[in-house]
Amino acid sequence: MSPGEAFSIGLRAVMPLLLGVAPFGVIYGVVALQSGIPALAAMAMSTIVFAGSAQFLLAQLVGAGAPFLLAAGAVGLVNLRHALYSASVAPVLARLPQRWKILLAYLLTDEAYAAAIPHLLADARGPQPSRAHWILLGSGVGLWSGWQVSTLAGVLIGSSLPADMGLDFALPLTFIAIVVPMISTRALFAAAIAAGAAAVALAALPYKLGLFLGALAGLAVGAALGRKTA
Amino acid sequence: MTLWGLMLVCGVLTFAIRYSFIAAEGHYRPPPWFALLLPFVPVAALTALTAPELLLVGGALDVGAGNVRLWAGLVAIVVAAIWRNTLLTIGSGFLALFLLQQL
Repeated sequence: MSPGEAFSIGLRAVMPLLLGVAPFGVIYGVVALQSGIPALAAMAMSTIVFAGSAQFLLAQLVGAGAPFLLAAGAVGLVNLRHALYSASVAPVLARLPQRWKILLAYLLTDEAYAAAIPHLLADARGPQPSRAHWILLGSGVGLWSGWQVSTLAGVLIGSSLPADMGLDFALPLTFIAIVVPMISTRALFAAAIAAGAAAVALAALPYKLGLFLGALAGLAVGAALGRKTA
Repeated sequence: MTLWGLMLVCGVLTFAIRYSFIAAEGHYRPPPWFALLLPFVPVAALTALTAPELLLVGGALDVGAGNVRLWAGLVAIVVAAIWRNTLLTIGSGFLALFLLQQL
C-alpha cells in the first residue's frame, strides 16, 4: 500500500463521521458567540484547542466568567480520555520521526481515532512496512478540515439556524456504527457494557469525568475477562 | 489578553494529553497489565461516550417508550451488528428516530 492509498483510507473512513461532526461544529460556533467570545477567537479555539466537547465547555465557562485555572483544569479533565487513544496508537507510531508524532498527536481526536482504528488493526496484521501513520493522518486531516469549516459556518450563519434539527444524533449513531462491529469476543462485549453502564451511572460528575471513568471501567472489565479467555 | 492566554494553555494541555504516551513510547517500560488494557480502548471509550447520549434525557436515566433516541439507537445497534456498514447504520438510526418522532 502506498502512502497516498493509506491516507485516502483514513480520509474516507472519517467522511461518514463528518455527518455527525458538522452540526456539532456549527452549534459550537453559535455557543461561543453567545458566550461573548469574539468570532476570531472562536475560530482560533478550533485550531488551538481542537477538541469538540472541551471547546463547548470552555466557551460556557468563559461566558460564565469562570476563573482561569478552573477553566483550564476542566478542559484537561474533559480531554483526559485522549490519553487512552495516545496509549493505544503509541506502539504503531514508535519508529516515526518526532515531527510525525507531534502532528499525529495534535490531530488525535475521538472521531479521527475511531475512524482509523479498524484500519490500524488491519494494517498491523498486513504486510510491512506499516502505513498506520498515513491512515491516521488521513482521518486526522479529514476531521480537522471538517471541524474548521463547520465551526466557521456556526460563527457566520449559526444564529439564523433552527435550534434543534436532531442532527447531533449522527455522532452517537456513528460511534455505534464503529463500535458494534468491533465487538467480536465476550470480553469486548463485557467491556462495552461496563463502560456504558459506568458512564451513565457517573454522568452527574463534573467535567464529564464519568466518560473517562466509564472508559476505565470498561478497560478493567475487558482486561480481566480477556486474560482468562486469551 | 486572558481569553487568548486561556485558549493557549488549554491547547497546550490538550496536546500534552494526546502526545503523552506517543512521546513516552520506548522511553518507559509499562507494567505487563497495561498491554492487556489497550485492545479495549476503542470499544470502552466510544461506548462511554455514546451510552449517556442514548440513556439519559436531561441528565436522568430514561428507558421508557418516550425516549426515542434510545430506541432509534437500538435499531442502529442491530443494523450495525448484522450489516456492519457505517452509512446503513447512521441512515437506519435516523430513519428510526424520524419514524418514532411521528408516533
